[in-house]
Amino acid sequence: MRSTGQEHQKTHTIWQRLHIDVPLLLGILTLLALGLFLVYSARGQETAYVYLKARSIGVALFGMFIVAQIPPLVYRKWAVPVFVLGLLMLVGVLLFGHVGKGAQRWLDLGFIKFQPSEIMKLIVPIMIAWFVSQENLPVKISTVILAFILVLLPTLLIAKQPDLGTSLLIASSGIFVIFLAGASWRLIGVCVGLASAFVPILWMFLMKPYQKQRVMTFLNPEQDPLGSGYHIIQSKIAIGSGGIEGKGWLQGTQSQLEFLPERHTDFIFSVFSEEFGLIGVAALLSVYLFVVMRGLWIAVNAQHAFTKLLAGSLTLTFFVYVFVNIGMVSGLLPVVGVPLPLVSFGGTSMVTLMLGFGILMAISTHRRFHV
Amino acid sequence: MSPRRVVIRNQSAEANLFARRTFIAFAGVVLVLLILFGNIYTLQVESFEKYQTRSNSNRIKLLPVAPNRGLIYDRNGVLLADNKPVYSLEVIAEDVDDVKASIAQVSKLLDISADRQNKFFKSMKRKRRFKPVELHSRLSDQQVALFSVNQHKYPGIYVNARLKRYYPFSDLTTHNLGYVARINRKDANKLERAGKSENYAATYGIGKLGIEKYYEDMLHGTIGHQEVEINNQGRVIRTLSYTPPVPGKDLTLTLDIELQMIAKRALSGKRGAIVAMDPRTGGILAMYSNPSYDGNLFVHGISTKNYKKLLESKDLPLINRSVQSGYPPASTVKPFLALTGLEEKIVTPSTTIKDPGWYQLEGLPNKYRDWKPWGHGLVNLTRAIEQSCNIYFYDLAFKLGITKISTMMDRFGFGDYTGIDIHEENKAIMPSVAWKRERYNKSWYTGETLSVGIGQSFWTVTPLQLTQALTTLVNHGERKIPHLLKANSELIIESSGNAYHQITPIIYEPRAPLKLKDDSHWNVVLEAMHSTVQKFGATAHKPFKGSTYDASGKTGSAQVARLKQGEEYDAKTTSENKRDNAMFIAFAPFDTPEIVVAVAIENVAKGGGATNAAPVARQIMDQYFGDRVITSKKHNVNRKVHSAKTTASREAD
Repeated sequence: MRSTGQEHQKTHTIWQRLHIDVPLLLGILTLLALGLFLVYSARGQETAYVYLKARSIGVALFGMFIVAQIPPLVYRKWAVPVFVLGLLMLVGVLLFGHVGKGAQRWLDLGFIKFQPSEIMKLIVPIMIAWFVSQENLPVKISTVILAFILVLLPTLLIAKQPDLGTSLLIASSGIFVIFLAGASWRLIGVCVGLASAFVPILWMFLMKPYQKQRVMTFLNPEQDPLGSGYHIIQSKIAIGSGGIEGKGWLQGTQSQLEFLPERHTDFIFSVFSEEFGLIGVAALLSVYLFVVMRGLWIAVNAQHAFTKLLAGSLTLTFFVYVFVNIGMVSGLLPVVGVPLPLVSFGGTSMVTLMLGFGILMAISTHRRFHV
Repeated sequence: MSPRRVVIRNQSAEANLFARRTFIAFAGVVLVLLILFGNIYTLQVESFEKYQTRSNSNRIKLLPVAPNRGLIYDRNGVLLADNKPVYSLEVIAEDVDDVKASIAQVSKLLDISADRQNKFFKSMKRKRRFKPVELHSRLSDQQVALFSVNQHKYPGIYVNARLKRYYPFSDLTTHNLGYVARINRKDANKLERAGKSENYAATYGIGKLGIEKYYEDMLHGTIGHQEVEINNQGRVIRTLSYTPPVPGKDLTLTLDIELQMIAKRALSGKRGAIVAMDPRTGGILAMYSNPSYDGNLFVHGISTKNYKKLLESKDLPLINRSVQSGYPPASTVKPFLALTGLEEKIVTPSTTIKDPGWYQLEGLPNKYRDWKPWGHGLVNLTRAIEQSCNIYFYDLAFKLGITKISTMMDRFGFGDYTGIDIHEENKAIMPSVAWKRERYNKSWYTGETLSVGIGQSFWTVTPLQLTQALTTLVNHGERKIPHLLKANSELIIESSGNAYHQITPIIYEPRAPLKLKDDSHWNVVLEAMHSTVQKFGATAHKPFKGSTYDASGKTGSAQVARLKQGEEYDAKTTSENKRDNAMFIAFAPFDTPEIVVAVAIENVAKGGGATNAAPVARQIMDQYFGDRVITSKKHNVNRKVHSAKTTASREAD
């Protein structure tokens, strides 16, 4: 008993030294591997896309590993200047940004083109966690209001690009921090009220016509089955025709015969559901639940308010991806461009997510750092 | 540690608060997951069938496969309507490296006009790159051969063969067979109403006239289907299943193409029609209307120029004279009128009248003249038919009255459809008091009855009606339905794999027979027709001199233009389209008739039925009987003893 215990202790410390959280890593690798198989199927069995996906998985794992080595203390120190820099870059995007696919998301620095909004997915929770953990929890109302303003600034800048999906994710990452920091329920009630009041303003002044169209399509996709409703209708056909057992890997007719749009990116869940059925869906949701549970376990066991809040926010935001993506491809939510986390093809968002998991691992493994 | 402010933290209280909030968040996550799962459950389990159906209808398409149209043969198995491959040159753009250059080279090789090339490039723009586009729709055999040798140089360009109708005898059979041509909007609507459009989904053409139209359902067959899987572009990925089409039934007609050829030759240069029928069955042996036209022209879509030419031709080639033209029957109906006189007891075989060359109704100034100015003297019924004596029939008609005449003629089928198995048929006119009242709102004049007595006035018949009436006469009242279809044959494939042709002869139920009060009257009239041909000096003797099959017949010359009182007819001074029509009916052999023939020739330049129409009937019969020598056993006519002292200075009418 003792020897096995020591053995266990020893392996534990090896991973500890590498700053890797094994259960979390297993969950992540499961999802990444599934992503490889699905991209292969969704791209008509082209290996080129699988290589690309594998390459970005490599980059992302490496990034995660590096980030995991950094003690969480460092983020706290750099929170304010990095946040300010991020905001400046977002303003820069709006002023000089590179236009692609009808939206201004990319910043061209001459040697590299990147999306500042992606980095903000990490910077915002760090910033808000730093801000609210200045004081004792639960947070005071004044702090909550200030925190809200801090969240709103990047959210609106990104919504203006326009990138509804990312601004939604960034807003939720900030709000999760405030929620976990113990904002009073009454305050939450008021905020929900204010948010609902904000919806008409959003509709009238902030949303672009194509975004309104998406909402209209969401409400009644059959209105224009070959136009704007085509995506969601074909997606529901793919999911529904999968049945309980699914059509089998590489056998999904909706995906293989290209009736399904955006198969390897936003609609990869539909490919999965068609080929693996309800049983597969149950398994996939279980894996996501497992990752979320592990993330929340790390948060609860973190030693400091800042790390608790940061870990909790990162985990819940990861779940928002899952919810929004599956919700939109199955017709519960309007179509906003949010990928299925870790599974969809697309390097940028995956790298960001993996860097977030790096932070989670750092929080999980750097137990003794100084406040 | 921040030097600005020192926070004294209650670590455990914070940890508790955070744990509570995390738990709430976790509960929220589980709830949301359940909602997501519930939604997927609804899609994949509750609505599974709906989405499976929609998924299948996305990807599975039924491609219709046209059945091969049944072939048409004559009674001896000679092919009259064939399906012949037509070659088109097609291009699949995505398989061609350089479309422009390849098309230019191929066009030069096969001498394809710039016009066709432009048309090709235009339609290529509208089609998907994997769909074939036609560069040439009808390649000649030479072009096919030339391209086949060079095909390896042009991947993506190929020759495609489609079956199209072909009539090897061209204009010889058009009026009978009709033709197949492209399904137009009207046809499509008709098919839609009949619930047949699904069966025609892949069919190019439909029977427009004649046999092709009448037996369309038999000839067409049943559509087959190829079930294929397609992708979102409509490209065929693979074939899932194949249901072969059932070819149409092959038809065997009663026509004898050799007889048909003789008919055409006999009528060449004339406007007219011939119908020859087997009186034992009602099967039509030959039916030809001159001039005719080539049905093949219509199969590929006739050019406006050619169609206009046919439409505007003065000779009306589009009219099937055998069944669509109403001709005054003239003297050819005298045997039927004689029969009516016997039946109504107006005359007996021995009743004689005196023919002074003219007939006058009491109290009227009009003189009705015989074709022979000085008359035939004393004539009985037989002599009246032999000599085609008008005076006898004026008198007979006058005594019968129009009502008795038209009632009897109705029973012979005059003035009504014969029921032949083609749709193009004219009823022609059998006048009566009621008919004239309805048509002209006028009462009937006795003078008109006299004209009816010699087959003139309003009375018109089609050559087929004459054939039909003569059939009834030679059959002693037994009535047959004239028809062209003899049998159909169907390819039967047994489940064991054996295939054979099942031939089904068509059975035509005879019509209710025409019964006479005295059956001996049939023979009186038939004998008179026999001697009309066999007796020296009778009106139809000359044209059948030397024939060996014991023919009988009756001539007729119909006035087309009405002559004024006292006016003499002279073909030379009468404009072409007002000249007399020549008519002739005949049957042979006398004892057991095998063939009845009716001939109508329009606007003959000289003479009448005997010189113009009877020789045509003879050519048909000569061909039919060949070398057969048939003599009558029923009577033994001494041909050398005869009483005809006169030779006709003018043709009998």
